[in-house]
Amino acid sequence: MSDILRAEGVCRDFGGLRAVSDVTMTVHSGDIFGIIGPNGAGKTTFFNLCSGIYKLTEGRVFLCDKEITNLRPEVISRLGLSRTFQSTQLFQFMSVLENVKIGCHAATKSRLVDVILHTKTYREDEEYTTQKALETLQRVGLSQYADTMAGNLPYGIQRRVEIARSLATDPKILLLDEPAAGMNRLETDALQDFLKQLNADGQTILLIEHDMKFVMNSCNQIMVLNFGRKICEGSPQKVSSDSEVQTAYFGKGGINHAQN
Amino acid sequence: MTMQKVKQMWARYRVFLLIAAAVILIVLPLLGFKNSTIRIFCRILMYTTLAGSLNITNGYSGQMSLGHAGFFCVGAYTMAILATRFGISFWLLMPLAGIAAALIGLVVAVPTLRMKGLYLSIITLGASEVIRIIALNWQSLTGGSFGIKDIPRPAILSFEVDSPSKFYYVFLAVAVLFLFVSRRVLNSRVGRGWISIRENELAAKSLGIQTSSAKLTNFMYGAFWAGICGAVYAPYVQYIDSAVFSLDEGFNILSMVIIGGQGTLVGPVVGAVVVNGLTEVLRPIGEWRFVMYGALIIVMMWLRPQGLMGASDNVLAGGKIKAVKKTRRLSAGVQK
Ligand SMILES: Nc1ncnc2c1ncn2[C@@H]1O[C@H](COP(=O)(O)OP(=O)(O)OP(=O)(O)O)[C@@H](O)[C@H]1O
Ligand SMILES: [Mg+2]
Repeated sequence: MSDILRAEGVCRDFGGLRAVSDVTMTVHSGDIFGIIGPNGAGKTTFFNLCSGIYKLTEGRVFLCDKEITNLRPEVISRLGLSRTFQSTQLFQFMSVLENVKIGCHAATKSRLVDVILHTKTYREDEEYTTQKALETLQRVGLSQYADTMAGNLPYGIQRRVEIARSLATDPKILLLDEPAAGMNRLETDALQDFLKQLNADGQTILLIEHDMKFVMNSCNQIMVLNFGRKICEGSPQKVSSDSEVQTAYFGKGGINHAQN
Repeated sequence: MTMQKVKQMWARYRVFLLIAAAVILIVLPLLGFKNSTIRIFCRILMYTTLAGSLNITNGYSGQMSLGHAGFFCVGAYTMAILATRFGISFWLLMPLAGIAAALIGLVVAVPTLRMKGLYLSIITLGASEVIRIIALNWQSLTGGSFGIKDIPRPAILSFEVDSPSKFYYVFLAVAVLFLFVSRRVLNSRVGRGWISIRENELAAKSLGIQTSSAKLTNFMYGAFWAGICGAVYAPYVQYIDSAVFSLDEGFNILSMVIIGGQGTLVGPVVGAVVVNGLTEVLRPIGEWRFVMYGALIIVMMWLRPQGLMGASDNVLAGGKIKAVKKTRRLSAGVQK
């Protein structure tokens, strides 16, 4: 099992607040790795650090053993890390298909000259993009919405469009920030099945989720953050029986309660 | 509603309408209009390209440039200087003027890369003024406030383009070429990249779009066409001086984009027709017509922020989402 994503002593300060504090973790190839923790624990910030949206205060990040610390988001994306956002960041006024086509941008290379002269590169790129986008939509089960404007879709489906768009980049690792937020139970279960299928097909996934049942059922490895620090990491069984984790969640009624 | 109908009509009779339009545009100068009327047609065609190219920047990549007159200026002076001093052929100088404007565009765009909205607008505004002031003060090169006279007219072999009705065809060719090329660009990876930046820059970056280089390309592409317009304009009027390329001119171009509609190819065409048409209709009221433009823009922003022909399906439309967007082009691709 090779390392896909490795964080070493990652820290991030916002003014006087240390939002992420000395987090070290490794996502291996084939993992569905979950990050949990109370609100404000620094989960999203950790994603933003890995994906290049925020700069690290301290520490290093590696993607497949290549250092990606503080690289720009577009560079990190091209190296194979693709992410979704906690508050969806769709191209709201573009169709679902066009949204996914943007995901094919990095894999294609036609330039101004190509598209003006309709060169071979242009034709190949357009064919690849259309094909790939349609294929991805089918894979995520969104074919029927191809022509719908993304902003008009129900929230749960918008989240899936965002996943589809990320998948179209053929990422080595997919980062999902609360993919089940705003979904009902049925949608959440469908998403869980989908992610498991995706993972079975070889996709490495790192996800943040508040829905405990979801995390416990789908992840093989879980890291718990609290006040920016990693307080526990391990299998779902280990994490759910950890006393420090119980305490961290005490204010929210504990893990066992959250499961219901 | 009516927009929907217009679109349907367009979809159904597209080829027919295009041929009809082509025929009308080609025979127009042969119908015995006065020279002054032909000049209005020339203006409309020139502004079609000028406003259209500004729209590529403002309407498609969402960078609010206010300095388009500056690139127009660069193109005109490149043509005027090189043609009067070295007698280089118009046809060679035309692309050269475009490239010169694009390079100046690059210089202006680089410092704006990390900026958004108002800051970028102010820099482009300043750059436009700097270009004009250089043209005004670099006496030895640009003739300063005397401008440049006797700019030679283009010729094809021994056939000289020496009347408004002949220039009409040059302006027409440039406008048609501009629309044709831009349509290709916008319906491609390059254009999609620009649009994605307009719609959501954070998401675009996260999907691997090199937003900086995409914005630069976009800005240079817009500047290039403004330069081409300048290159045709200079021999058309045969005399240029820096006063033509003031901020007023920049806002004039911008008003056509806004009134016609940002983010669609037809928008600026309609804007050019409406604004230049109004200029003529309202000529009797003199300077008061600028008050009319101002009022028109305010009313537009109220009722139709996306402009007359603007699509309501982008962020520039002030967030009015249409129910369902069905594009012929797209649905044709999705059969499975
Ligand atoms: N850009 C920012 N500027 C200042 N403070 C920030 C910024 N982003 C996050 N923070 C702070 O960092 C802390 C961690 O926030 P973060 O969004 O990472 O939490 P989270 O674990 O994702 O929480 P949630 O479960 O609510 O999404 C919070 O206290 C937050 O206020
Ligand atoms: Mg969060």
